[in-house]
Amino acid sequence: MSGPTRIPKTYKLFINGAFPRSESGRSLLIGDHRDEVVAHLCHASRKDLRDAVEAARGAASKWASMTAYNRGQILYRMAEMLDGRRAEFADAIEVAGRRHAEARPTRSRTKSARPAGISASTEVGAAVDRLVSFAGWCDKHAEILGRRAAVSGAYHVFSLPEPSGVTAIVAPDAPPLLGLVALLGAVLAAGNPAVCLASELNPIPAAILGEVVATSDVPAGVVNILTGRRDELLVHVSSHREIRAVSAADLDDAEIVQLRSGAAENLKRVHVAPRGSLEAWLNDETESALGRLEPFVEIKTIWHPSAV
Amino acid sequence: MSSDSRSQRPAGPSLTPKGSSPGWELGPAPESTKVTIAPRHGLFIAGEFVQPRRGRWFSTINPATEEPLSEIAEAGEKDIDRAVEAARAAHGPWAKLAPKERARYLFRIARRIQERSRELAVLETLDGGKPIKESRDVDLPLVAAHFFYHAGWCDKLRYAVPTCDGRAPEPLGVCAQVIPWNFPLMMAAWKLAPALACGNTCVLKPAETTSLTALRLAEIFAEVGLPPGVVNIVTGGPETGRRLVEHPGVDKVAFTGSTEVGRRIAASCAGRGTRLTLELGGKGANIIFADAAIDQAVEGVVSAIWFNQGHVCCAGSRLLVEESVADEVRERLTHRLRSLRVGDPMDKNTDIGAINSKAQLAAITRCIDAGEREGAVKHEFSGPALPTRGFWCRPCFFTGVQPSHTIARDEIFGPVLAVMTFRTPEEAIVRANASPYGLSAGVWTDKGSKAFELARHLEAGVVWCNTFNRFDPAAPFGGFKESGFGREGGAAGLRSYLRLDGPPAIAAASGTRGPKLPPRGSAAKRTRGAR
Repeated sequence: MSGPTRIPKTYKLFINGAFPRSESGRSLLIGDHRDEVVAHLCHASRKDLRDAVEAARGAASKWASMTAYNRGQILYRMAEMLDGRRAEFADAIEVAGRRHAEARPTRSRTKSARPAGISASTEVGAAVDRLVSFAGWCDKHAEILGRRAAVSGAYHVFSLPEPSGVTAIVAPDAPPLLGLVALLGAVLAAGNPAVCLASELNPIPAAILGEVVATSDVPAGVVNILTGRRDELLVHVSSHREIRAVSAADLDDAEIVQLRSGAAENLKRVHVAPRGSLEAWLNDETESALGRLEPFVEIKTIWHPSAV
Repeated sequence: MSSDSRSQRPAGPSLTPKGSSPGWELGPAPESTKVTIAPRHGLFIAGEFVQPRRGRWFSTINPATEEPLSEIAEAGEKDIDRAVEAARAAHGPWAKLAPKERARYLFRIARRIQERSRELAVLETLDGGKPIKESRDVDLPLVAAHFFYHAGWCDKLRYAVPTCDGRAPEPLGVCAQVIPWNFPLMMAAWKLAPALACGNTCVLKPAETTSLTALRLAEIFAEVGLPPGVVNIVTGGPETGRRLVEHPGVDKVAFTGSTEVGRRIAASCAGRGTRLTLELGGKGANIIFADAAIDQAVEGVVSAIWFNQGHVCCAGSRLLVEESVADEVRERLTHRLRSLRVGDPMDKNTDIGAINSKAQLAAITRCIDAGEREGAVKHEFSGPALPTRGFWCRPCFFTGVQPSHTIARDEIFGPVLAVMTFRTPEEAIVRANASPYGLSAGVWTDKGSKAFELARHLEAGVVWCNTFNRFDPAAPFGGFKESGFGREGGAAGLRSYLRLDGPPAIAAASGTRGPKLPPRGSAAKRTRGAR
């Protein structure tokens, strides 16, 4: 890991294509397995969330209007950039064992972000694969989810998937990189901008992912990444009127109820992935499937008369 | 691009021949089919009509005459328990039935609806107030078509939704379905047909003011030998509906109605594993460009807002007209408004029937008053005097409307149109999308590229280009944004009734259904012990 001569990186939020510190000035202490300090990350506030949503909202139309081919190339570019930083991501996944001292009270203090038997580099490789897979989905989901309706009448009627709009992602604590990338890839491939809440146990890979996004021609505001505490931010994610959908994983029952209750206010689409092991996240068959993307599109039916 | 000049299912009021004088009189043409209505209607549970446990009944009236038609049972908590239990008991056998056998029941239901179509249409008009022309030519054909279409899906579900391993997706279980009063039988068909095709069983609650046709449909279910408990129909008011959707024994809630109630249902489902689809309110924008065929566009406006007394969630209740043709559109609309026939719903020439209920009439009247009070200019139907009994509203449109006006923002659910103007396509898009709703939109232009560009940008689940208010069982219908989620119709509609991605995120309360979740915290256990 970082030797004494290296310069430790300052990890910041990623909002609207820039790397601001939290407006709150707060930070989160990240410790390693021996409870030694690894880093102080930004402890995002409600205001940071609002800023991120505003940025995402501003970018929604641009991302949705881009050709699907172009979106696919950008996701592929993200995979390339991620691949080029395999070592850095693997280190980041390895280093932080658990949050220092003040772990979320409702969750296990000793819960680790790392499972046994699966190396960090396996996780990074899977994250790269996932992005490549979703890059390929960008210009294909419309072919599968879209249909032509054989209505009884002289009309040409077809239904097409369209992006739902600003989507919040509540990433699982583990796996810290793959969990986020799997949810994010689906949301982006569907044409939505995203506001991501990183793993709380190990937010470092998410913070580095911002650097990947920033160098992949992703328009500013399409991806925003916050590091912070779920018990503070989830309630604001659920109630924010400009968030149209939420993709979450690894929620406990109380968190699901909180999320869904708040979401009822503006009828957000909420998709909560069943809690699973890292092995489950590594399963390409399910994790890169269309079912991950489908909750974040709206089917639009277009009618037109057919006549001379 | 050609506009909507021929259609096989007239969906709007029939139109006075162009150029005819608005004063042109037609003699009365009353529908002659008689239907018999029992003095009392019980609940349909486990294949038979039963008395409500609490012994409470309410009256259903003809909104055109205010005369009572029948007494309807009010389902209480115990009745709903019974209905949900019946649906639960029927679910296993129904889901296990060979798909082609399920299909046979649905095909048979469709046929029987066709055979009894006129009777059902008359009943629909008597109980709900909509013109017989519409219940006969729009509602009933669509009801039969909906069952027929979905019957054919039963043995083809594996093609309806893509699953990872190509297996046929599974049903959800017991569906609680609550429907509105604007298209009583059609909404019942939209809910029941896909649910049954996918192998679910149902407890349906029709709207308080329009229970009769759903109960007649129950007779059909019994006639065709649908296994008892596969469909149960409980009648009552909002309290009955609330108890049904909050019942711990249901796996799926489907609701069509107001956004306000939809929010409450979404909140009540938050802590349960219940799947939910909502089809809620709307404030559809109908956009007319200067290059449109204006005559046809105006006919489209008529069917967008004055179809079914404007009691249509996807009504085109906002009209956005390109400034250069605003005067022309207004003049033609005035002419068409004058030539509407408002009155006896049982008259075959009636365009606009009775408002469904006193409460709805009061709600519409409040909006019209607000329109005038806030400074918009009302243009009202000025035909013959309306009947003295019953609930009637003169159709109208408003000009001089500001986007901030109540009539431009709120769903009125009545024959009231807000007309506004725009200058550029971009402005039209922004104004059309400036609503929390996102159910429907219309675009009228002769330019194909413009129609499709608008269709792409409009945040609406259904976009009608050069037509409006067309429906078909194969065409998915449902909302963006606060108009709800989930679709009805087409393959997309089947997704609402199928299990797509494993067990629900929260284990079901009763524990009797669905695969079990891994024990709580199992993920944490497995990931513990890092290197």
